[in-house]
This record gives sequence, structure tokens and C-alpha cells, in this order.
Amino acid sequence: MRFVDEFREPALITRTAQEIRRLADPTRHYRLMEVCGGHTHAIYRFGLKDLLPSNIELIHGPGCPVCVLPMGRIDDGLSLTEHPEVIFTAFGDMMRVPGTRGSPLEHKARGADVRIVYSPSDALKLAQTNPGRHVMFFAIGFETTAPSTALTLMRARSLGIRNFSVFCNHVTIIPAIRAILDSPDMRLDAFIGPGHVSTVIGCRPYEWIARNERKPIVVSGFEPLDMLESVMMLLRQLKEGRVEVENQYKRVVPWEGNRAALKAMAEVFQLRPYFEWRGMGFISQSALRLRDSYAEWDAEQRFQIPGVRVTDPKAAQCGEVLKGVLKPHQCKLFGNECTPERPVGALMVSSEGSCAAYYNYEHLKTAMVSSVASAL
Amino acid sequence: MPAPEPRVRFRDKQIEMAHGAGGKASRRLIEGLFAPLLCDLSSGPLGDAAHVLMNGAPIAITADSFVVKPLRFPGGSIGELAVNGTVNDLAVSGARAHTLVVTYILEAGLPSEILEQEVRAMAAAARRAGVAIAGGDTKVVEHGKADRMYISSCGIGSLIEGVHVAPETVRPGDRVLLSGPIGDHGITILLARGELDFEAEICSDTRPVLPMIEALAAAAARGIRWMRDPTRGGVATSLNELARDCGLGIRLSEDRIPVHDSVRGACELLGLEPLHIANEGQFLAVVAPEMADAALAALRAAPGGHQAAIIGEVTEQPARTVLSATPYGGTRVVDMLVGDPLPRIC
Amino acid sequence: MELLTERENLALVDVGGVRRKIDVGLLEEEPVKVGDWVLIHVGFAMSKISEQDAADQMRVLAMLGEDEAAMREIEGYGLGERWAGTP
Repeated sequence: MRFVDEFREPALITRTAQEIRRLADPTRHYRLMEVCGGHTHAIYRFGLKDLLPSNIELIHGPGCPVCVLPMGRIDDGLSLTEHPEVIFTAFGDMMRVPGTRGSPLEHKARGADVRIVYSPSDALKLAQTNPGRHVMFFAIGFETTAPSTALTLMRARSLGIRNFSVFCNHVTIIPAIRAILDSPDMRLDAFIGPGHVSTVIGCRPYEWIARNERKPIVVSGFEPLDMLESVMMLLRQLKEGRVEVENQYKRVVPWEGNRAALKAMAEVFQLRPYFEWRGMGFISQSALRLRDSYAEWDAEQRFQIPGVRVTDPKAAQCGEVLKGVLKPHQCKLFGNECTPERPVGALMVSSEGSCAAYYNYEHLKTAMVSSVASAL
Repeated sequence: MPAPEPRVRFRDKQIEMAHGAGGKASRRLIEGLFAPLLCDLSSGPLGDAAHVLMNGAPIAITADSFVVKPLRFPGGSIGELAVNGTVNDLAVSGARAHTLVVTYILEAGLPSEILEQEVRAMAAAARRAGVAIAGGDTKVVEHGKADRMYISSCGIGSLIEGVHVAPETVRPGDRVLLSGPIGDHGITILLARGELDFEAEICSDTRPVLPMIEALAAAAARGIRWMRDPTRGGVATSLNELARDCGLGIRLSEDRIPVHDSVRGACELLGLEPLHIANEGQFLAVVAPEMADAALAALRAAPGGHQAAIIGEVTEQPARTVLSATPYGGTRVVDMLVGDPLPRIC
Repeated sequence: MELLTERENLALVDVGGVRRKIDVGLLEEEPVKVGDWVLIHVGFAMSKISEQDAADQMRVLAMLGEDEAAMREIEGYGLGERWAGTP
């Protein structure tokens, strides 16, 4: 497949991995955070840790839009299934995330009308083909996904589709990165920057990370070669004492971002003054809600949402894992009360959640050390 | 001495879709509830079919049920699946299907021509597979139950000469063979449901695998350690079950696993893993290393087996784990499916 | 993700033989045409893939390690000291 296979070319990958080894200072321990959940997933899917020397540590950040939603918001969305005319729609990623009384799939098993959609436009189409019902779309995602929700709402309005609403849980990435850097227990050397969020917001929003926080950041693609090249670029910066924002994912990410996408978002959304993030408390200006001009399509205005705050079980350490302060297996519930089949928090059920990824990878730890040594 | 009281270990509060998906939840249900209460597990772990002695004569027997939606899809239909699925369960247990009996549960209001279509499809599939259908049962339930039509079929067969499969015979160094490209059936069904609005030239791979297994047996019968047809839960689940049952590890080479480009494309788009997707016309075989090449050659020469491949091997460590290695030195764990494969956005 | 045909704001996109209508409304400022490659996310095209940038990236990576190989060869000639410090 074009634009996929070339970036998985074994010879180039090996060469890039060798260059990383050459650049890495053996007396130094590097702590690199990948912010985006898609990068976390790629690291495990491609076994990238095996290709890096042991003094490069990859720390998983909070860029998993499902993982950072507090359970209360999931309950709020699911409360709408009690209205018989409502069709609850969401991406596949949401379906097994636990709410207080079960996940969306479990609600479906008990008779609620819950359906998976691939795109918010599919949810809108469902509203068009079911005029007697009300379709509610549980919108999640960072700035990557928000423009699609925005365009869909603009179409709903221009087509006069009134049996459609969005329960908006879009969050923004910069406040999350700020929260990481403000965290006292965080010691990071550099960032692997989000790839797809950057197609929308561009690379400028990260400039303060280099300028004020003095951390290098490389905006990265998702194929193995992309991620290795990004690590290589970060090591080069660290070695040469440079602190910059660099764009490794040039073929897709424009430095200035996507103006049409930003325009659509500005037309439909405004920033909430604050929003609660799982395990990270309330963060100001970190999430989106629909503007008053779109109140008619705002599920929170059309319906009574309970708005109950649900705290995670005391023992669950989702927040610390999300911030990278703890590794998944250091959470007391990991592997015992909390497994992919019976998850306590979303990190264990989301495909981008570090706990889920780690749960599988952990089996390998001891066996891998010997085979990596012989492979490279 | 009285038999020990069977221990029911199934603690889930209610039955979910996941319990039928073929992955961990299914296993929990079968091993925790059905097996302890219904089966005599002293004869070994559960397989695709049971081999029993009736008055000294060995017979293989199995049952399977089919609830696929939609009833018809590119490449096949429920009537065809109902024959091939059972024939294949017998085949991978080392048996040649002889006769089937089938039951139809029909929803009131089902147009008769749809039923006739499926019965014809079943008849054609039975002729193709060389099995007789000796009879069956029909029930009609109210409109709203049975999703138009459910079929179950039970098959009996005779054992194939020289073939004895059991997880305890698997040894480190054994090779893992796969009969052909994976993921076709599951993706076909997902797309045929129409909810995702994708189009593709992908069709179900449903077919009897018996001819390929007979070719394999002719070339390497005594080297075949274990076989399975990777239906719900895919290759990942079947191999994880083997790893667990034999206590060894399995190491796959990612680039040796045959997958059609269109299936790969659909999986990329939807964020699905081909190893977790159901197949209805493929099988896995673990073969002794010294016979692996002959086995592969026989498979490739058999009709329908031209894309067969050796996809991995059995290892001592890490035990009870399935790994997949990329061509550039990375390795990841391939886990059993948890619940149904769900399309992901990222 | 090759673009196939266009109608209104929808384009037919092909991924390894799997086709779906994708909304190209977010690409108004850089119009796409048949044969272009795009990045898609939840049914919307997010960005046009620059084949030039992709090719540049491949070229740079392919040269990795070549400088070092060249250095080693030169050192073999005993000219190592004179070349040290030249980029």
C-alpha cells in the first residue's frame, strides 16, 4: 500500500535504528514522551521499543481522548439512552468504556439502541433516514476529530436536520501538554509531538514548549520509519544543544495547519472555561462546547444531563498513568482487578490506552532482552 | 467412589455479545459453565469435534450453529456456512464428515423464497462437500425473535487414517501452517451489514477444507500435531488457545501471513487486526519440522491451497504466549480477542 | 487513500481496493483532484499527502550511514586527520 509500505521498509528501519544507537550517549538516560494515543498504539503494534537502545525510555502521555474522559461524562451520555426515541451513536473506541452502570455495549445488551458509527456524517445520515427518532452523537477526540464534528453540524444546520444532536467531549491538546510540564514529578527530555492533531493546528502551537520550557519537540508520523526518524531528530537536537519544533511528518502536516478546519471549529465551537480530565482534575480552557448559535444541536441543551461527578475508585491510578508518572504495571489494580476484559478505567480498554498496550507487552519483558541483543 | 462435584467458575452477571465472539469471554463461559456441568473432561481438553467410541467403533461428532446477519453476503450465505462449518470442525479434528442433521429456527413472517434459497444453498454445499443430510428439525418462533433464521447442524464422521491431533503432542520447533489468506469472511460480513458504508470486492472464503486436509494427511499424516479452523476470534484466538493448552509459545513472522490487499486496506481503515477476524474456509496446522516442507508442498498443490504458508513456529518460551515478529526486528504479543472486533478511529 | 471521483463535497477514496465516500470539505483551501493521496480520519479528508515531501524523506533516510561509510573509507587511506571537521 502506498504511503504505508515504504515507511515499513526493513532496511531503512534498521539503518535509522542504527543511527539512533550511534547518536545516543551511553552515559545518559533519555526520557521522551509521546503525547498522542496513536503513537502509543504504534509503538506497541510495531514493537518499536525493541529497536531502541535501553537508555531511551518512551513515556506515554495523555493523548487518548477516550482515556481522559471522566466516568461521569460517560454516564451522562448513556443517560440519554433512557429516552426511547434516542439512538446513541459513537465511534467503536467508545463502546467498551465502562460507565457506572456498564459500557455502551452493555447498555446495548440490555436493550438500549446503541450503534457504532465510523464517521459523524454517518450519524447525521442516520438522523435523515430515521425522521421519527433522535440521533445523538457522542463526540470525542482532540483537534483531529473536532473539525469533522463541526462540518457535520454545519451540514445539519444547512439541511435543516433537527432530529440530531451532539454530546460534545472534544478536548484540546495544548492544555494537556501544559499540565504534564507543570506536574512536579515529571522529568522529561523531549516530546514526540502529535501527528494528526497537528494536521489541524499546525506546528506553531508547540513553539512555547521549545522557547519557554526548553524541550525539543518533533511532530511525528505514525509508521515505524516516521517514529524512528523522530526519535533520531530529537537525539540530534539534544546532542547538538538545539531546542526547536521540528516537523518530521512534513508530507501530511502543514506548518500553518488546516485553515478550513480551524475556521469550521471556530464557527461551531467555543472553549469551555474549564473541563474535568480523568485523573488530572479541572483544566481551564481545555475543552470545546457548541456555540449558542448551535444550541439546537447541543445534546446538553436539548436534554437534561445528570451531570454527576463520578470519581474513579480510590485504588485506580488512571491519572498518574495518563501523566506518565506511573507505568501501567505500577498501578495497584493492573492485571488483577483491572484487565482488558474487566476494565476499571478506560486506559485498559481503549486501543490507545497505555494500560491495554502494556498488558500484552508485559508478558515479553524478560524473554525480549535476549532476542533483541541478537537481532541488532 | 462418587465423582467430585463439578465446579462452576463462571461469575459474569449476564450474557453479553462478547460471550459468543469466540475470544476470552467465550472461553470463560465454556470452560466455566458448560464444560464442568456437561462434559467429562478426564478425556482431555475440548476440541473442535469429539471422537468417541460407540461399541468399539470410533466416530467423530460435532455440532455448530449459525446466526449470521445478513443471511446472504458476497461469497456465500447461511445455508452454505451451516454445512461447511460443521464439515470443517470435523476435518480439523482429523475426521471425514459423513452425515449431517440440521435444525432450522425460523422467524414468523420470513418470506418462503428466502428460506428456499437457503435450503438450496445448503443442498449444494452438501453435494460439494460430499456429505449426506439425513434429516432435521424445524421450529417457528414469533416475529421479532430469531432474526429471520438460525440454523444449527450436527455432523458425524469417520477418522482419517493416520491422523491423530492433540495439543499435548506439540513440541518446540514444530511449524505452524496456514492454508490461505485470512480475514476475508469477517470483513465481508462487517461490510455487508451496511452500517459502515464501505464497498469492496471482498467475499467470504467459506468452503470445505476437507480436501486440503486429506492432501495434507496423504503427505504428512504422522507429522500433524494439531489443527484448528480459525472462525470467530481469528487466528490469534486459535493459536492462543493452543499455546495455553500445550503450555508452549508460538512465534509468528508477520510478513509470512497471507492477507489480501483489500482486507489489509479495510483493516487499516477500520483499525482492525487481521489476526482477530473470523475465517470460514481456512485452517491452521502444526506440523513436525522434518515434515513441514512436504506438508506445505502438498497443501499448495491441493485445490484452493495455493496460498498456503508456514507462518511461524512453536517455541519453548515465552510459554503460553503468541508473539508476532516484524521483518525489521520488532516483536509484539498477539492476544486472544476480547469481545467483538470493534472499528477504531485512530 | 487515492482519490477517485468527486461529487459535491464528497470524493470516492480507495484504500487497497476498499472504497468509501469521504467528505473533502476540510480541504477547500488546497483543492484535491483525482489521483491525489489524502489522509483520512473518521470519514473526512484532513490533508493532502505531499509526494514530494515523502520522496525527500525517503532520500534523506536512505543516505543515513553513508557519511560514516565514506569516513571509514577515507580513514583507510590515512587521510583521516585532514578530513576531520569537514561536515
